[in-house]
Amino acid sequence: MSENKSAVASFINVGERTNVTGSAKFRKLITSGDYPAAVEVARQQVENGAQIIDVNMDEGLLDSKEAMVTFLRLVASEPDIARVPVMIDSSKWDVIEAGLQCVQGKSIVNSISLKEGEAPFLEQARKCRRYGAAVVVMAFDEDGQAETAQRKFDICKRAYDVLTTKVGIAPEDIIFDPNIFAVATGIEEHDNYAVEFIEAVARIKKELPHAKISGGVSNISFSFRGNEPVRRAMHSVFLYHAIRAGLDMGIVNAGQLDIYDEIEPDLREHVEDVILNRRSDATERLLDIAERYRGDGVKADAKKDLAWREKSVDERLRHALVNGITEFIVEDTEEARQSVERPLHVIEGPLMAGMSVVGDLFGEGKMFLPQVVKSARVMKQAVAHLIPYMEEEKERTGMAGKSNGKIVMATVKGDVHDIGKNIVGVVLQCNGYDIIDLGVMAPCEAILEAAREQEADIIGLSGLITPSLDEMVRVASEMQETGLELPLLIGGATTSRTHTAARIEPAYQAGPTIHVTDASRAVGVVSTLLNEGERADYLAEVRADYLRIRESRAAAREAKTRVAIEDARAKRLIPDWNEYVPPAPSFLGARPVEMSVAALRSYIDWTPFFFTWEMKGSYPSILEDDKLGEAARSLFEDANAMLDRMIAENWLSPRGVVGFWPANSIGDDITVWTDESRAAERARLFTIRQQMAKDTGKPNVALADFVAPTRTGLADYIGGFCVTAGLDEAEKAAEFEAANNDYDAILFKALADRLAEAFAEALHAQARRTLWGYVPDEDFDNQELIKELYQGIRPAPGYPSQPDHTEKETLFALLNATEHSGVSLTESFAMSPAASVSGLYFSNPQSHYFAVGRIGRDQVADYAERKGWSLEEGERWLAPILAYDPKAQTEDAA
Amino acid sequence: MTRDDRIAALKAAAEKRILVFDGAWGTMIQALKLSEEDFRGERFKDHPAPLQGNNDILVLTKQEECRDIARAYLDAGADVVGTNTFNANAISQADYDAQDCVFDMNKAAAEICREAAEAKTAETPDRPRLVAGAIGPTNRTLSLSPDVNRPEYRAVDWDDMYECYKDQARGLLAGGVDFYLVETIFDTLNAKAAIAALLDLNDESGEDLPIAISGTITDKSGRTLSGQTVEAFWNSVRHAKPLTVGLNCALGAAEMKPFIAELSRVADCLVHAYPNAGLPNDMGEYDETPDDTSRHLRAWAEAGYVNFVGGCCGTTPAHIAKIAELVDGVAPRKPPVRATAMRLSGLEPFELAG
Repeated sequence: MSENKSAVASFINVGERTNVTGSAKFRKLITSGDYPAAVEVARQQVENGAQIIDVNMDEGLLDSKEAMVTFLRLVASEPDIARVPVMIDSSKWDVIEAGLQCVQGKSIVNSISLKEGEAPFLEQARKCRRYGAAVVVMAFDEDGQAETAQRKFDICKRAYDVLTTKVGIAPEDIIFDPNIFAVATGIEEHDNYAVEFIEAVARIKKELPHAKISGGVSNISFSFRGNEPVRRAMHSVFLYHAIRAGLDMGIVNAGQLDIYDEIEPDLREHVEDVILNRRSDATERLLDIAERYRGDGVKADAKKDLAWREKSVDERLRHALVNGITEFIVEDTEEARQSVERPLHVIEGPLMAGMSVVGDLFGEGKMFLPQVVKSARVMKQAVAHLIPYMEEEKERTGMAGKSNGKIVMATVKGDVHDIGKNIVGVVLQCNGYDIIDLGVMAPCEAILEAAREQEADIIGLSGLITPSLDEMVRVASEMQETGLELPLLIGGATTSRTHTAARIEPAYQAGPTIHVTDASRAVGVVSTLLNEGERADYLAEVRADYLRIRESRAAAREAKTRVAIEDARAKRLIPDWNEYVPPAPSFLGARPVEMSVAALRSYIDWTPFFFTWEMKGSYPSILEDDKLGEAARSLFEDANAMLDRMIAENWLSPRGVVGFWPANSIGDDITVWTDESRAAERARLFTIRQQMAKDTGKPNVALADFVAPTRTGLADYIGGFCVTAGLDEAEKAAEFEAANNDYDAILFKALADRLAEAFAEALHAQARRTLWGYVPDEDFDNQELIKELYQGIRPAPGYPSQPDHTEKETLFALLNATEHSGVSLTESFAMSPAASVSGLYFSNPQSHYFAVGRIGRDQVADYAERKGWSLEEGERWLAPILAYDPKAQTEDAA
Repeated sequence: MTRDDRIAALKAAAEKRILVFDGAWGTMIQALKLSEEDFRGERFKDHPAPLQGNNDILVLTKQEECRDIARAYLDAGADVVGTNTFNANAISQADYDAQDCVFDMNKAAAEICREAAEAKTAETPDRPRLVAGAIGPTNRTLSLSPDVNRPEYRAVDWDDMYECYKDQARGLLAGGVDFYLVETIFDTLNAKAAIAALLDLNDESGEDLPIAISGTITDKSGRTLSGQTVEAFWNSVRHAKPLTVGLNCALGAAEMKPFIAELSRVADCLVHAYPNAGLPNDMGEYDETPDDTSRHLRAWAEAGYVNFVGGCCGTTPAHIAKIAELVDGVAPRKPPVRATAMRLSGLEPFELAG
């Protein structure tokens, strides 16, 4: 259990960049009075994940009190920053008190101590309590700062006792700072400082219940000022040991940390010698090698350096896992297997130990998803090597392995998107869970059967298109019907906490239902669910949360009025048709198109690609990001290398179809004519109109508004397209999966998605410039295309401008899409293969993307009639955009 | 009976049943349709500024009417009656140039309620009625700048606010309130100044009056005007060790429900709620009938959200009577026992377990 649990972040990184003593940049901004820029520093810290920000204005040339007050008041008006608690940091009590008078939240005072004796200490502590703040207490008394573990502990114990008994501060509101001092200073007395700190931490944790422990981490490496690589290594090694001893939080620049296991082994060993004071010449030895690391050299060398190959096999396995190196994994695994009694012991021993480090680093935000998936690839290949031996053993002895729990995962029926599900599966596997992956388009019955047969502990459902939401509700009701009580996890781009609370949970009362926002949350949720001690509390919290969502949603829905569809129609968008001459396309009917991956490459929009990997930042700046940059660059490199191979080895043949037809609008529908005589209707495209109450002068739009109505007599047109990155997508991905290479499988699918989008973008450009040709001289670069600066739109059925997925059927028929492009539709109207894009083309200068939003029963009834549906069918297909609860209304009527 | 006895009796009763607060003073006073002369009375005949609308001054100039209102709420079934002192602080009274009368107003308001409560208690001595000293938010805020171009500017500072609250509380204490009720908190920093002032006054006077804390969620986003979520608000004021924490004003019961449910989940002390009688209509009036409001409150009581219920703007003795009737016999909420954790807040809560 402890291994899983540790994947949930527990160490609190206190942002230190708003500290004039810790950041030269911030000091300059404050001393020059550039408060707006200083506030931006705070914002960046919070955006980068700081859970608490430390604010310190102790600078000789400043009026520290005034600076503290001004800065805290400015921050108070910035909701993005004020979201997190503040640590008010000063050595001067009057500055602290002035700060406390500016914060509405419960903050932390940093710090007070027994330095001047007990009386002022108690007085300040009482005030902290009166202001409602937690306190950092330094291990400092009348005799000075504590240096030994014993004295650190004694002072903290004394402070703890008086604070809890005489002042009435709750123990959990006390944070001890047992003084981190510089080591490797050349003074022998300093050599044991880190060890003394770590020992004190362990003792405080054990003997002073609920108290927290913090420290200013960068002090430890003070003697290596100017040598950032060595400082980073010292911080990481020190934290590695201190956190294990019980350090709860630290003031540290997240950019000044390395992954413990990624530190070059020779450097790490030397640093560890210093931190743990393992040999008397540790400082000299570190100084000897330190110059080698100054500057940037260390990173480039790390990859080529094979020194880690000299280590023990366990250490090699761990290194390979943490660094995602598959090169030697089979030989190392084999060596490990030969040294233990049972093959399973390799998994339970060094492999799990390595993955546990990966889990910890991920949980602490020190590793990122692409790195974790690479680690999983290493793990899978190691396990694959062991499986024949384990099966052989099982046959011989009947013994089987054990796992942390078994999870059945599936993309629901009608949906083919599985990148997110696969990522979650991989991350869970890294944490020792067995994943039974039913793949895509998994029918409800297959999911339930697998859960029963495999005696699964949890079921996880994923989906990307809106009809999948309904399918999930169906699976949930079936689970209820058939008497399952397993936890049900819901994930995927279209899912939400609100939908889960409002629709899925009520359908499945027998067991818990939980929405999981991303892969990094999944491990925490699963480990909590499978922990008897924590499960009940957690579930009660989730249930209460969902109940609250349902209630506030009901309230919000009542409040949101829709205008009647007739009134909305009266407020339609009416372009000026009088002066308008609709452009005529260069051909009518549908034509197949092909494009090469090489040609599409320059059209790729990379930002969503990084998003797929839970790396949120826009391209290209993400490559230079302080925190994500390194992982992003490495992923980007891998992606481009794969694109090179894709092109060289001809993996994919992107193809598609594009067509144009004479069309006019009639009401909210668009009639597609058989030919220019505009006498016979070939097909009808239905559109949905916005019904939100709008300000005067703002129209309630439907897509039909962008096509000239029949009564204008204008010869207008509409276009359509369907493209795919290639029909070989699934096969190629399966090849990678079969080779236990999830990383490349996911990378490949993510790239195929991007190529399909790139194809759509490129084809749209071609449509505007030549095929339809209404802007022959348009000349935008890729960034401008991504910003959608061009005229005309290409909305896809199932997305905000026309949320009805079933309209794809008409589009596909017009295009003869399946024959021309090979793309087919599932029963939920998802396109298969998954990396496909389709849509309509509108050329009108007034056409624009919009969201239909929620619609009223009147329009649903009218739309259903036009489509030839019953009202219930209409409500089912349009469920995500209903402004009312069809069930509630029926009950009222009954 | 001493104050300590009454508080002990209140706490004991809270374990057995749901207790009832009073309703709005403002609504009752408006119904009297008083003139400028009525507000001035004899004492402020020559006061330099207009006084009409200064409801709090009526405890000095229309004492009999005020006593009637307190009595009406007690007769309706209230266990606790709040003083008519929502704006009886130096900052708000400066608008009427009446800041010098703050002590007198609070003392008189407390005495009026004390007298009414004692009279009611005499009828059923096993059920003591208590007086809550109402302390409003003032019309200034410590967390927000009134000038959008100067976000670092504040119209008032902590020391002003602290002194203002302490002055008001001195009057309430002298008049004999049983506990303080810091209510309609739209800026938690104001409330923190009030809490510091009240705890200091307890130390200085040697009289240990409990504090009740009542926040205001201003809209359906579920945040206070100063931006805090309910849980963040609770983390910010928990150090007052309140007798009860709750929500009042701004919303009707229907809108307040999710937020009181949330507060009930996180607060490990007694919880109260006294919503408005719905949301104001276009005329600024409150339409909810006693039946409407009480039905909501009974549902909350049954859901285990609350220990005290009452009414805010728009509620009358008829509302309170109906509320008292409907919550009678419903088991009170049991405060949750929460795992030990360091709980901090900005606008949002932060928790570090262990």
